[in-house]
Formats: sequence, C-alpha cells, structure tokens
Amino acid sequence: MLLDVTKIEAFYGASQALFGVDLSVAEGEAVALMGRNGMGKTTTIRAICNLNPPRAGAVKICGTDTKGKRPHHIAKLGIGLVPEGRRCFPNLTVHENLFAAARPGQWTLERVNELFPRLEERHAQMARSLSGGEQQMLAIGRALMTNPRLLILDEATEGLAPVIRQDIWKAIRRLKAEGLSILVVDKTLSELLPVADRCVILENGRSAWSGRPADLTTELQDRYLGV
Amino acid sequence: MMTLTRENLINLILAVMLLAVPFAANALGQPFYITLATRIAILALAATGLNLALGLGGLVSFGHAAFFGIGGYVAGILAAHAFSGDPLLFGLSGSKQMWVIWIAAVILSALVGLAIGAISLRTSGVYFIMITLAFAQMVYYFAISWPAYGGEDGLSILVRNQFPGVNTMRPLTFFLICYVVLLLGLGLFALIRASRFGTALQAARQNEVRVATVGIQPYRIRLTAFAISAAVTGLAGALFADLNRFVSPSMLSWHMSGELIVLIILGGTGRLFGPLAGAALYVIFEFALGGLTERWQFFLGLILLAVVLFARGGLLGLLAGKAKHG
Repeated sequence: MLLDVTKIEAFYGASQALFGVDLSVAEGEAVALMGRNGMGKTTTIRAICNLNPPRAGAVKICGTDTKGKRPHHIAKLGIGLVPEGRRCFPNLTVHENLFAAARPGQWTLERVNELFPRLEERHAQMARSLSGGEQQMLAIGRALMTNPRLLILDEATEGLAPVIRQDIWKAIRRLKAEGLSILVVDKTLSELLPVADRCVILENGRSAWSGRPADLTTELQDRYLGV
Repeated sequence: MMTLTRENLINLILAVMLLAVPFAANALGQPFYITLATRIAILALAATGLNLALGLGGLVSFGHAAFFGIGGYVAGILAAHAFSGDPLLFGLSGSKQMWVIWIAAVILSALVGLAIGAISLRTSGVYFIMITLAFAQMVYYFAISWPAYGGEDGLSILVRNQFPGVNTMRPLTFFLICYVVLLLGLGLFALIRASRFGTALQAARQNEVRVATVGIQPYRIRLTAFAISAAVTGLAGALFADLNRFVSPSMLSWHMSGELIVLIILGGTGRLFGPLAGAALYVIFEFALGGLTERWQFFLGLILLAVVLFARGGLLGLLAGKAKHG
C-alpha cells in the first residue's frame, strides 16, 4: 500500500479535530476524500504530511512509519502536496517556483509545461502576478516537479472560473490515466466521482463511509455531504 | 545569456567606474583616491557575503563583523608569525602569501559561520538578530582579551602580504587584486542566486512550510548559505587587514555588523550590485561629509532614513526599478 493511515487522531492545541481516521491509497489508485466543511479533510492531509503530526494512530508511506519525521522527509518519501488556497512562492518567477522544487524523475520542466502550456507562456512572470487558475496550475506543477508517488490535491479547483476548472480536471484525469496515485479533496462531485476509484467520507473527524463511487447513493450523499 | 536590462547597464557602469577611478587617480598622482576605491571594493565584498544571507535568505545577521574580523586576524596573525618566524599551531608556520591567507580566512570563517549558524538558525526574527550579535560580541571580547595578538591595541602588519608576480605595496596593484576578488565574489553571488540552491533559499525566505512540503529542509540550505556568506565576508576581512596593514578588535565590533547591513540597505537588498552601490555611497559620504563635520554619521542616518522611507529598493531600486525578487 502506498499510503496507509490507521486510526489517526490529531489536535489543534487542546481541541481534538481527528478521532480515528482510516485511509489508504494503493499504487495507481485515485481516492476521493470527502465530507462537509470542518469534518477533518484538510486536517487529515496536514497530519499525513506531518504539518500537524497525529498524536495517535499511524501513517505509513510505502511501509515507512512517518512518526517523528519532518515535513521535508515526508515529501522525500514521495508525497507531493498541493495545499489548499494556491500556495506559490509569490516573489519567485513561474520558472523559479518549479525549479526550486525539482527532483530527478520523469516529471521535468518540459513535461509540466506540456501539461499546463499557460505556465510556459508565463515562465518569466512573478507568481504573484498570475491569475488564480494559473497559480493553481503552478502549485500542481510544483508538486509534480518533486516527482511524487502520491499527489495530494486539497480543494484544487475551489474558487476558480468554470473554464479554468475544466483545465485542472483535464490535467487530473490525465495524471490518473498515466498511473499516478492521487488523493483528492474537492466539492465538485460531478467531476470528482468519475475520477475516483474509491471514496472515503469523513464525519466529525472520523472515517464514516468508504466504498466505490458507484455505491455512493443519493441517500448517502444527502446524509454525509448535503448541507 | 545575460540580457542588457537597465539594472545590468547600471551594474556595468558601477563596475567600470570603480575600475576607472584608481587609474585616473594614479595618472594624477593622487594615491589617496586609490585607497578610497580599494576600501569600497573590500567593503562591497564583505557586504556581498552578507547579501547572500540577508538578501537571498532573509537572514538579518547582526554578527557578520565576527567573520570580517576573523578574516582580518587570520591575515594579521599569519603575517606576524611569518615575520617573527615563531611557529603557529601544530608546527605550522605563518605566511606572507595572500593566497595562503585567503584560503585560511575562508576556511576559518566558514567553520565559525557553521558553528554560529548551527545554533542561531534554530531561532528566527529578532532572536536570530540578537543571537548573531551575541556571538559576534563574544569573538570581539575574546580578541580584546588576547594579549598575544595585541589585545585592545590591535596587531600591525609591518609589510603588506605578498601576491606572486606583483608588488602589492603599489596601491594600484593592491586595488586590482581586491577588484578581481570582488568580481569573483559577485560572480559567486550571481551563480548561487541562479542555482536551484539559491532559488530554494529565496523560496524558504518566502514560506518555510511550503518549502518543506516540496522536500527541502530550510535549516540545511540556510546553514549552507550562512557558512558561504561568512566565508566571503571573512575573505574581505583579510583584504581589509592588508589594506590598512593593521587589524584591531574594531573590525569585530557590532558597529561593523551594522555598517554592513547599512551598505546593503543603501545599495539595494538582494541585488547583485547592491553592496557595491552601497559601499560606494557610504565611503563617498564618509569622505565628503567627514571632511565637513565630525558628525557625518548623523547625516548618513538621515539619508538612511530617507532610503528606508522612500526608496525601499536602495540606490539600485531607485535607478533600475523594483527588484525582480522582493
């Protein structure tokens, strides 16, 4: 198993946010992490990356227990994170943002530029001057430049124009088709479900349901995802 | 290939002017101006070292005088032992050869930089500033209380150290040596800034967590940058000792650390030629205002205030526009 999360518990200060989350991603699999706002999706991702290390339970990446490892070690184990909210290095150029993250592997500058031609057009531009969609492409490109074994996308299309969203989903579908393992958090079910091999739903910091997208009935959607 | 941007043009003009002044002064029989230009070149090199840490890495070191002084003392101590013939440590003898002194200054400054950085870089912000200052003051008081090498009085270098094939006692020759070393220092800065290491260093300044999530340990790249920065400033210290043929604890004092920061702010933080522009401005102010009043630093303070308030990019920012990196 590429990623194996077992019964993790995480806290923000004294308040507990995760009460036992189970999650796994196999090689080449795309898993959708779902749930209403505040249910623990981003906290789970932060716990996997040890940005907010879990206080109980275990996270294993390719069999390696991540307990006590620093965030840069987690990245080196093969986790490529695209954090929520288009987090680029605003005062570096597009090229420098990608270059800084580069690690040897099949993902090179050329391939990222081919996936997102807009980035090539803007390569000398400062990241802060890009549109929201372009910044998101850059954040994905930067994660790919680390040549990850598992790409984690946290709300990658949130707040973007529909046309740009389509571009991002197109890229995600292509990455999946190429065999990259993906853990994706997104609210657009119509795009998310066709991409996912499996869904995991969180409720109140716990894994509440797990199964194939086809088994996610309208009733389940209303129960766990409706507002 | 480097394109001729406005900033590159200004850089070129600065480099040519710094080279032209000593030749003109030499032709006019005014060696004082050659010494002035040499001082600019050496201070620019010292500030280029700090610019690596401060400009690229955002590490406001208030202790770079330690490295500047260590470089100076390496030159002074090696020369003193070479002159007296007394062995130094472990049976090693002193040296009057500049290149030997430079290597020793670079290695020792880098090692001390590693040690100071290893502890200081565990902190950030105002704590980093204070801890680097504290380390520099430790080195300062150590030098003061070390009578073997002059203590508070400092140490004289009786004859300027030698460089193969040239007469370093000629002001113009010594200037040219310093000028070439400055260009090499600037070349190193440009190389580092364009490298993946330099890009990651700048990225770490902008967001530490984001850098970690792409697999880069901010601490390690900062420590490496700090040690390289210390080495470059140490090399400048060795040249400064040879310029004055004298080294004293004042090279290690916190005023010196402040002066290096001021040079960078005056010239333009993080800009390749910022330290040179800053050093030129500083030395010219010192010379021009110093001739008019003893309190020239008051006026320098006013100018610094104006730069911080109205020209955040320093002289280069004013002339060449906003920095590509901020």
